[in-house]
Amino acid sequence: MTVDTKEPAGPAAESQEYVDVTERPTVTAKWVRRLAVASIAVAVGLPMLSLVVWSFAFRWNFPNLLPSEWGTQAWAYVADDSSRVVEGLWNSTKVAVLVTLLAIIVGLPASRALGQHEFKGKSAVEWVLMMPIIVPALVATMGIHQIFIRLRLTETLFGVALVHLIPAIPYFVLVMASVFANYGTALEETARTLGANKFRVFRYVTFPAISSGLLVASMFTFLISWGQYVTTLLIGGGTFVTLPLVLFPFLSGANHATAAAISLVFVAPAIIVLVFTSRQLGRESSVMGGFGRI
Amino acid sequence: MTAVALSHLSKRFGNHLAVRDLNLEIESGEMVAFLGPSGCGKTTTLRMITGLIQPTSGDVLFDGESVVGIPTERRGAVMVFQKHLLFPTMNVAQNVGFGLKMAGVDKAETARRVTEMLELVELPDLESRKAHELSGGQQQRVALARALVVRPQVLLLDEPLANLDANLRITMRQLIRSIQHEMGITAIFVTHDQEEAVMLADRVALMFDGVVQQVGEPDTFYRRPSTTRVAQFFRNSNFLHGVRSGNVVSTPVGDIEVDPVQVADGSGDVILSVRPEEVKPVLAGSDAANTVPATVESVIYMGTHTQVVAKIGNSVWNVQTAAAFNPREGEEVLFELPKEHVWIVKDDSNSQPDAVKAS
Ligand SMILES: Nc1ncnc2c1ncn2[C@@H]1O[C@H](COP(=O)(O)OP(=O)(O)OP(=O)(O)O)[C@@H](O)[C@H]1O
Ligand SMILES: [Mg+2]
Repeated sequence: MTVDTKEPAGPAAESQEYVDVTERPTVTAKWVRRLAVASIAVAVGLPMLSLVVWSFAFRWNFPNLLPSEWGTQAWAYVADDSSRVVEGLWNSTKVAVLVTLLAIIVGLPASRALGQHEFKGKSAVEWVLMMPIIVPALVATMGIHQIFIRLRLTETLFGVALVHLIPAIPYFVLVMASVFANYGTALEETARTLGANKFRVFRYVTFPAISSGLLVASMFTFLISWGQYVTTLLIGGGTFVTLPLVLFPFLSGANHATAAAISLVFVAPAIIVLVFTSRQLGRESSVMGGFGRI
Repeated sequence: MTAVALSHLSKRFGNHLAVRDLNLEIESGEMVAFLGPSGCGKTTTLRMITGLIQPTSGDVLFDGESVVGIPTERRGAVMVFQKHLLFPTMNVAQNVGFGLKMAGVDKAETARRVTEMLELVELPDLESRKAHELSGGQQQRVALARALVVRPQVLLLDEPLANLDANLRITMRQLIRSIQHEMGITAIFVTHDQEEAVMLADRVALMFDGVVQQVGEPDTFYRRPSTTRVAQFFRNSNFLHGVRSGNVVSTPVGDIEVDPVQVADGSGDVILSVRPEEVKPVLAGSDAANTVPATVESVIYMGTHTQVVAKIGNSVWNVQTAAAFNPREGEEVLFELPKEHVWIVKDDSNSQPDAVKAS
């Protein structure tokens, strides 16, 4: 795969025969892309904008285009301890990070095995891994609940992270297995014969090669955990609150301003993660398609 | 520096025996070519020598000591693979320097040796390029440089010149040969091109279907192929059935005398063979010995010589004659089969190696 954001080649390079022009966009392609980016921006940005407006509204009755009275009472509420928004934000972050770490620890060896090796019962393992996509995580969580109570894992950070792993791991493994399958084993074998032990092979050869795929998979995992509601509710038992738990009651309530403010707190980190990841990727790989170029 | 011995080496994948009972001793500093058609087990053998796969049975010995329990990175056998050559996240210099880095060679020394090696493979000034910015042939040369720069004890080359044009191939062959000689590297070179094997190697091991058919110096494959298949692989399909008694083989087209020094073994039903270049057309009535009548089927003028396809008895022979020899199609001619070039081969055209199961 070639990338069009390559660093400029030095003078030595110019004398050689290889100059890659295959992916330099034409003028039309450029405009098509700008249009696409613009429409995405509108589709995502407009609702966001309305959320921002809502969050500062004090009174906003139907026919008016803008609120008739503005206020920061929603944000004051968000910042207040009694709302548990800050606590939820902190918990959500901790859980999502922990889930991502667990997914890497558990999922990386698994996806490597699935992507690169043939073994007995491989398709069975694949089926089991994909189950959470087919069967709602809720079903598994209800079963696990009893066991978690016995293990004293309910209402704990670790317990919630474990249960978030159920819906997250299939996506992580799907992405990473294809990364590993693509990457193959020949390079690692080459490195072995050149004197690198398994640890150094991973550090110098495997990891750099899979890192952009790993970033994508980790981002998916983070976002899946970030959005969990029912599983957190069941295992966290209402004691361990994450942002979706704080937000939910307001969505059906009448206090739109507060709901909008909490929604913004909920959405912002997700967007930051997405933008950061795609930026990072856009620099050196094409795994993310067009995201990085936005 | 390191002698390599393969002893009763076998590898089974499922029920497929990829390599069976391979025995070969490679002297220190020797270059051996593994030659054979696709799928005959060449790569599998190299991978067993490196330790990337474990043999199903048998042993690999370096300097008389078994290395089967030693992990790949400590065997000191560097392999250049058939494909997927370079580390994609590293530039050319980092790729070439990888082995030195693993060996703990300091930076200045590494840089010096990398530059020197890149000059040898005719790729100066490319140090900062990434793998995907190189052509296939350039990548192959970088991979070669990366292996040679560590001055390995044992060098395993899996068709390392496959992507190169004819001129570069010759240059790189010479480069491999000279570095290998100079440093006394023990090398195994895999190829399916018999000319390359013959040009490059001290000895050739010809493999079919996981079995080594014949091992020897390059010319033995031309002058003394062990079987009909070996002969055919080296572009000789001139065979004549006969019955041998003493030094005479009686064939349907007359008696042929063989040299007892050259062809000591074999009696009863045998197959004679003479290479296309050694068959000589003679004039009718000449007093040459070992002549056979032949019917010309086709004549192709090749500039430097003439390629004649002729029928001798029931067999079709290829004969390479002087350009001046220009018979008509259908003409009856006489060919001399010089005694010193008559060789007896075993018939293995009907053997079904895949049906043979190793014990
Ligand atoms: N990992 C594997 N699993 C199963 N079968 C294998 C494996 N590796 C090789 N084989 C089989 O073993 C046989 C020998 O393979 P090998 O790669 O050694 O051939 P080769 O002589 O190197 O051929 P080529 O010239 O095409 O590279 C082939 O029939 C191949 O299909
Ligand atoms: Mg091979």
